[in-house]
Formats: sequence, C-alpha cells, structure tokens
Amino acid sequence: MSDNLFTPIDASLDTSYDFSRPSTSYWQDVWRRLKKNKLALAGLFIIILVAIIAILGPFFTAYSYSDQDLKIANQSPSLAHWFGTDNLGRDLLTRVLYGARISLSIGIVASISTMVIGVLYGGIAGLAGGRIDDLMMRLIDIMWSIPWLLYVILLMVVMQPGLTNIFIALALVYWMPMARIVRGQILSLRELEYVMAARLAGAGSWRIIIKHLIPNSLGPILITATLTIPDAIFSEAFLSYIGLGVSAPMASWGVLASEGATSLRSYPFQLFFPAIAICITMLSFNFLGDGLRDALDPKMRK
Amino acid sequence: MSDVLINVQNLSKYFTASRNFWGNPTSFVRAVENVSFQVYKGETLGIVGETGCGKSTVGRTIVGLYKPTKGTVSCAGEDIHTAIHGPNAMTMRRKLQMIFQDPYASLNPRMTVGDIVGEPLAIHKITSGKDRQSRVYGLLKQVGLNPEHASRFPHEFSGGQRQRIGIARALAVNPEFIVCDEPISALDVSIQAQVVNLLEELQSEYGLTYLFIAHDLSMVRHISTRVAVMYLGALVEIAAADELYKNPQHPYTKALLSAIPIADPAAEAKRQRIILTGDVPSPINPPSGCKFRTRCRFAMAKCAEMAPELITGANNHTIACHLVK
Repeated sequence: MSDNLFTPIDASLDTSYDFSRPSTSYWQDVWRRLKKNKLALAGLFIIILVAIIAILGPFFTAYSYSDQDLKIANQSPSLAHWFGTDNLGRDLLTRVLYGARISLSIGIVASISTMVIGVLYGGIAGLAGGRIDDLMMRLIDIMWSIPWLLYVILLMVVMQPGLTNIFIALALVYWMPMARIVRGQILSLRELEYVMAARLAGAGSWRIIIKHLIPNSLGPILITATLTIPDAIFSEAFLSYIGLGVSAPMASWGVLASEGATSLRSYPFQLFFPAIAICITMLSFNFLGDGLRDALDPKMRK
Repeated sequence: MSDVLINVQNLSKYFTASRNFWGNPTSFVRAVENVSFQVYKGETLGIVGETGCGKSTVGRTIVGLYKPTKGTVSCAGEDIHTAIHGPNAMTMRRKLQMIFQDPYASLNPRMTVGDIVGEPLAIHKITSGKDRQSRVYGLLKQVGLNPEHASRFPHEFSGGQRQRIGIARALAVNPEFIVCDEPISALDVSIQAQVVNLLEELQSEYGLTYLFIAHDLSMVRHISTRVAVMYLGALVEIAAADELYKNPQHPYTKALLSAIPIADPAAEAKRQRIILTGDVPSPINPPSGCKFRTRCRFAMAKCAEMAPELITGANNHTIACHLVK
C-alpha cells in the first residue's frame, strides 16, 4: 500500500469528542436502574398505597377505632365489617387502617431519627479519627453487645409504655448500625483525591462534609434508613405484643396481633388480618431496600 | 539560573505505623527523610523513584496537604505551612495547586464538571454568577474540552478527558506552582502524549512551574528541566535532565536508568542492565547510614556509619554518595 491512498481527515469531522448518550445525573441513573427491578417497584407501589390508606383510610370507614359495641363482638368478616370485629365489638378494618398510621409513623420516625443521630455520630467519629474515633466506636461496641430488648424493656418500664417512648426507645437502638456505616464511608472517602483537591482549593471542613462526603455516602445511608423502617415496625409490633407498646384503645398492628392471638382458636381472622398487614408492609420495605442497594451501587452501572 | 520559587529544606515526613494502648506512637513510617532541593521559577523538576520512595509525599507536603514532621517548605521566601494556617491562607493556597494521579478518584462523582472546575472559584470568591460560568467555559476550552461538557458528570468522560478536567480545576485559581502527581501513569500511551503536550503548552502560556512526579523515566526526561531521584525517602541525585540521563553518578540512578529500553534493536541488544538484588527495605526500619547500602554493589563500611551528604559537583550535578567526591 502506498501513502497516496490515504488523505488526512478533515478535523471538523472528528466526532470522537461528541457524546451520543444524553447527560444523566446520578439520581436519574438510580431511578432508571430501580425501574428495572420489578420487585422493588412493586414494593415502592405497595408502600405508597399503604401510606395513602393509612392517611385517608380511617376517614372512609363508618366506624371509629375506639367505639365499642359488645352486641356485635367477635363477628366474622361480613359486608358490614369486612375484617370482622374484635372481642369488644370494634370494627377490625378500621383498627387495622388506624394501626397502619401508627406502625408506619413509628417506622418513619425511627428511620429519620437514626439517620440524624447515626450520620452525626458516625460523621464526627470518622472525621475526627484517632482516639476520639476509638472511644466513640468502642462505646457502640459495648452498647451493641447488650441485647437491645433488655434495655428497651428497662426503658419502657422507667418511661411508661406509650407512642413517644417507643419512638425514643427504637431511635436509641437503631442509630448504631447507621453510625458504623457512616463512619466507614467517611473513613474511606476522606482519603480520596477529590477530597484532597477540595482541601487544596481551600475548602473548610463543613464544605467538605456537605459537598463531598455526605453526597457520596448517601447511597448506603439511604439503604440503611429504608431497611430500618421494617425493622422498627416489627420491633414495635413485638413490643406491643408483649405488652410494652402503645396502650389501648390505640391500635398498632402489634397490639392487634397480640389481641388476636389470644383468641386464635375461636376467631383466627382476628390475628390473620393484622399479621397480613405486617407481612406485606415489611416485605415491601425489604424489597425496596434491596432494590435501592442494587440501584445505588455504581459498580452495577451498565 | 533564575529565582528560586519553592525551597525545600531538610524536609522529613513520618507517618505513625503503630500505637501502644494509650494511643502514643511506637513506630513510624519514614516516608521522607531529610530532603532538600529547590525548584526554580518556570522550570519543571521531575522526581523519579520506585513506588513507595516518598515522591508523592514530598509533593503533598509541598502543597500543604501534609504537615512536615521536620524541616520547612517555602514558596517565594514565605513558609508554606505557617502561611496556610495564618490570616493570608487563601493567598498562599492560590499559588499552589496539584494534579492527581487517578483520574477516577480525583473528581467528585456527584458534582457536574462545571461545579468541579468552579469550586475553587467559589471558595476563593473569585467570580460569581455569569462571570464564573464564562470563566469555567474558558478553562474547559483551554484544556481542550467543550463548554457543553460543563453540565455533565465525571463518569461520562474517558480517563484522558477526566485528567483534563483535573487540570482545568488546578488552573482555575491561576496558580504559580503545580505539583503533577503521576498525572499520566493511569492513561494510555497515546493519551499520555496529549496530556503532557497540554501541560507544556500551559506552562509556556502562563509561566507555570511544575513538580512532575512520575515513574516513566523517558517521559520525565522529555518534560523536565531538572530531574531528582529518590530512594526510600531520601534524595540521592539531582541534576539537569540531559546531564542526569547521560552521566548518572549514583549507583541507584545508574541501575534505574539501565532499565530504560532503547528504541533501536542493535543498541538494545548491547544494553547492559544493572540488576539490583534484594528488596527495598522497610521504611519503618530503614538501614543506618546510606539507605541504599543494602543493595549497593559498592557498599563500604563507611556507608553503614553515616548518611552521605548531598554534594554539588560539576554541571550543577548534586549527588549523595560516599563514592563521589
């Protein structure tokens, strides 16, 4: 082949620097990946549905969650009472709908408070490093080694059972895994070159935390927060089941399940409906949490 | 030679390797030990050496990312580490910038390219609003990118393009001195040439001074005015690039340069490699005296007793070796 077969290409025709892929932000990509995960999407849909039912549902039933009518106690599901009635003649559907409010709000409040406490605690430990970090992490190790049920029971005994105290007790337990995850993230991120570049540019600690460290650890934070919700709902159900939860006539799903279990042989539907509600909600949150973990992991990028 | 811009005097940097129960350090990694050199205004000083010899630590200490354990670093006569913790910290910060090795780790994946390049401008409150935007566009154009790229995210770019973004960020504050910490070692050979040419163009346009850290010996020869060789945290030899490559004096430099392949089969066949035996000693417990003595063919009793001083001989050729008088 001789050289005259070749002619130089017009430089303006070089399109190697033009991108055909439209620019997508990180969160657009996350959403795109999440959409591919049908199970997670179903979870998200059910969670939204449950939330809407929890907010609006109680307005659409003819009964109140606390009105007793002993004449219709322990009725099986019927057109008038879709889920039947309990041993005091209260409409079970209304109580399950009302329980959704309490259970969901416990999950969300526990998740938000663990996020705040965990991110602050873990962030401080990770950034400070050295002895402060050691001390803060050993404190978590010690607290984590005590069975949480033990000190939640002690707390509830001291503080009296009730909704607010359940919030406090659960927040006191669930912040620890969050703090560990955030600390780990900060430790690995703060040595990265873009953090050095920001420090070189003269960025202060706050700017580095807010602009660089937190946005980049948001993925694991969000996953942990999502997976804390079903944990907290289940813990509350469990606490209510053993009588340390919300008090009557308020009804969380745990309380309903506990009441239903006492008459399991004669009226199994009284346990069945609240138990199904707990199951569906927990599964949905877990599916969504797993889906988010896959969607937020940049190594999964296609 | 012209004026000294960066003056490094007896610089040592130790990192804590282990602590006792009370958190007091019990052993150190001696990453850099008693290193002195000058960087002249407008030149490129190359630093070469094996992985772990402390060249990156020197670079990071100069720009103020690390606090020196001993010794001083000054820029135009002003001590850098006093300055960046003093009232005029921002003035000093603007003089010193850095280009990083890993183009994938050096850009925040959650920020757009425009935000990344504009961040130094925002911190130093140099411009705002539309002015900042046009400055960012100008910087992107200067490094060979399109202004439209400003709204994209780092993951949408190739390694070479990311390195250009890193260069644009370093240029944003109009620095005098840029530490290039292995800016090309993560890139393909064809892209390496583009980035090196870009760095050279920018140097002649703005009169920049570079500290070019690398382990690609021929690339360092190409870009550097002078070259310094480091071994296990110590500076062993420093001279003008051609002088060093043609006339290496220190046994370590000789061994290092003998490893460069020659692009001529006849000459390559005759090339004599000096193979060093043994491994690099641990920087936690370095050998006494001359650090190279455990692997040096010419080691004498004197080498174990005292560390050789840096001695400047003919052609401004500075060597730290007892053999060289």
